Amino acid sequence: MSQASSDSNLDVVSLVENVNRRRIGQYALVIFFLGFFFIPLETGIMTALKTNEGVARSLPFAPPTGETFTLSNLQFALERLSRSFVNSLLMAIPATILNVLLASMAAYGLTMVSWRGQIGMLSLFLVGVFVPYQAVLVPLSRFWNNIFPLADLLEPTFAVIPLLQGYHSQLVPLIITHVAYGIPICTILFRSYYKGLPNSLVEAAKIDGASITKIYRRIVLPISKPMFGVVFIYQFTQIYNEFLFSFTLIAGSNADAAPVTLLLPAVGASTSGIDYGIRMSAAFLAALPTILLYVAFAEEFAKGLRTESG
Amino acid sequence: MATQETTESTTVPTEEVVDWQTKLRYFLNSDFVRSSPYWGIPFVLMGIAVYGGIGYNVLISLTDFSGISSPTYTDLDFEMYRTAFANEAFREAAINNLILLVAFTTVSLILGLFLAILLDHGIRYKDKIQTVYLLPMALSFVVTAQLWRWMYNQESGFLNVVVTGLGFEPIDWLGNPEIALASVIFALVWQFSGYAMVVYLAGLQSIPRDQFEAAKVDGASTLRTYLRIIVPQLKESSVSAAVVLMVFALKAFTFLYSLVGQYRPPNGTDILATLMVRQAFKFGKWAYSAAIATMLLLLALSVIAPYLVYQHRQGSL
Repeated sequence: MSQASSDSNLDVVSLVENVNRRRIGQYALVIFFLGFFFIPLETGIMTALKTNEGVARSLPFAPPTGETFTLSNLQFALERLSRSFVNSLLMAIPATILNVLLASMAAYGLTMVSWRGQIGMLSLFLVGVFVPYQAVLVPLSRFWNNIFPLADLLEPTFAVIPLLQGYHSQLVPLIITHVAYGIPICTILFRSYYKGLPNSLVEAAKIDGASITKIYRRIVLPISKPMFGVVFIYQFTQIYNEFLFSFTLIAGSNADAAPVTLLLPAVGASTSGIDYGIRMSAAFLAALPTILLYVAFAEEFAKGLRTESG
Repeated sequence: MATQETTESTTVPTEEVVDWQTKLRYFLNSDFVRSSPYWGIPFVLMGIAVYGGIGYNVLISLTDFSGISSPTYTDLDFEMYRTAFANEAFREAAINNLILLVAFTTVSLILGLFLAILLDHGIRYKDKIQTVYLLPMALSFVVTAQLWRWMYNQESGFLNVVVTGLGFEPIDWLGNPEIALASVIFALVWQFSGYAMVVYLAGLQSIPRDQFEAAKVDGASTLRTYLRIIVPQLKESSVSAAVVLMVFALKAFTFLYSLVGQYRPPNGTDILATLMVRQAFKFGKWAYSAAIATMLLLLALSVIAPYLVYQHRQGSL
């Protein structure tokens, strides 16, 4: 830089201008895309806070003014959604915990211990990541409804457990389904982490004569703590957001056991059309748990996505 | 690798002493058996769900099952597949599915690459900005469908406010069959291009910085440097991002279903998944919908199989 300036001032001036112009353009684009990704969300929030009249009269992205500001949409949506919130959490939390544990075990068995044919077994897991759920929908509904009606069998037991209702038994088949189909992706996430660990850790323990179980409990579990967090956040988001399984296994949005995603499209709908104020409020309430998780753990979430692709 | 060699040398005894008892003892002591509780339990659960489910689905697709009592497995044939191919609605859904798959993946990749390069170039608060770009990805299809239904609203949605503000006629984004699919793809790109960006950012970070410097010394422009030197090195990122995006595209059912409304014939946006669910849950044609689902699975496998082979060849499996 200093050399260039001693050669000719004119060049430096044009260079600086050039760089500045490019920089400004670059930042303008960055800000444009901030708008691109944020406007649908912003429009939704603003609409959620407006009265019906406000929604009809004002611009969709404009903030509500004194008269058109209201919290009644949110209140109404919360009342409609509160039971399904409980259902969603009762479904997503146990399913995620089971999922993460089983996947960590599978990944351990498939990476840290080596045997012939491992790649073949791993491929069977990998295919499971990509199978479109439509391809198992018909069997799924037949299995849980006609062949093995677990929900009906469990209903009497659930009714006597405090805090739980009879209809919560319908969540059990749903949880098992989520765990089964979540295992492949979570296994791959754990595997990419275990593959990156130094080999020497396990080798040393092996030479000391530690058993496979001991190595898992004493060495692998403690060091994979951060990955447990990543996979938990990723998988909780997936299960909480999932729609198709609930749609298949729980009879309609009117059902008592309906999770949030199943109920949401019914909130604020009437014969005369959609009440967008209420609908947007409901959408944001429904998204709130994952948004909060995302805001708090954005880095971990991104990490989960990155390892998924690698 | 090292572990494999040591286990093999201990498990394979010298040839003279091999009788079946020692063989069995060695087998039961092998790492395969001892580690099997770890991968075996998850595998059984997942295997029944995935492979058992697929098998049962194919079986049902060969029957005439229509929801009443139970399917009869005595006369199996491919009639449902023939019906599907003869059906105009099925062909249209299949074509829409392919358009969605290709257009969504291509646009998301290009936009994702562009965003990654934009952010990778000494932008301040890069991590924070990246977080905002990726935010839609954390939302459920059901939620984003509500947001875009409002954005696309014909009277007072955001897009038409802009369009009329510019002095044009309002556009029926989702009602006009000619542009409805494009509107859907646009919304999906909004949700998932951040994903492609994250993958590309990771890829860009693995490229040594001095390559930029070297290209600059050679007098190459930034654009040229990227097109000729950097982008070709991102091949692996592109492949893995493309595969995952395609899988998202194949799962777009939930988005369409929530956007268009329950079982309503989607206006030029019917894809195999929506067609399948309508046939099953609305009309009770379970065998027919199972046949559609099988073809959807074949479509997915035709994307995944080459990817798995590629990964295997690269040695990154």
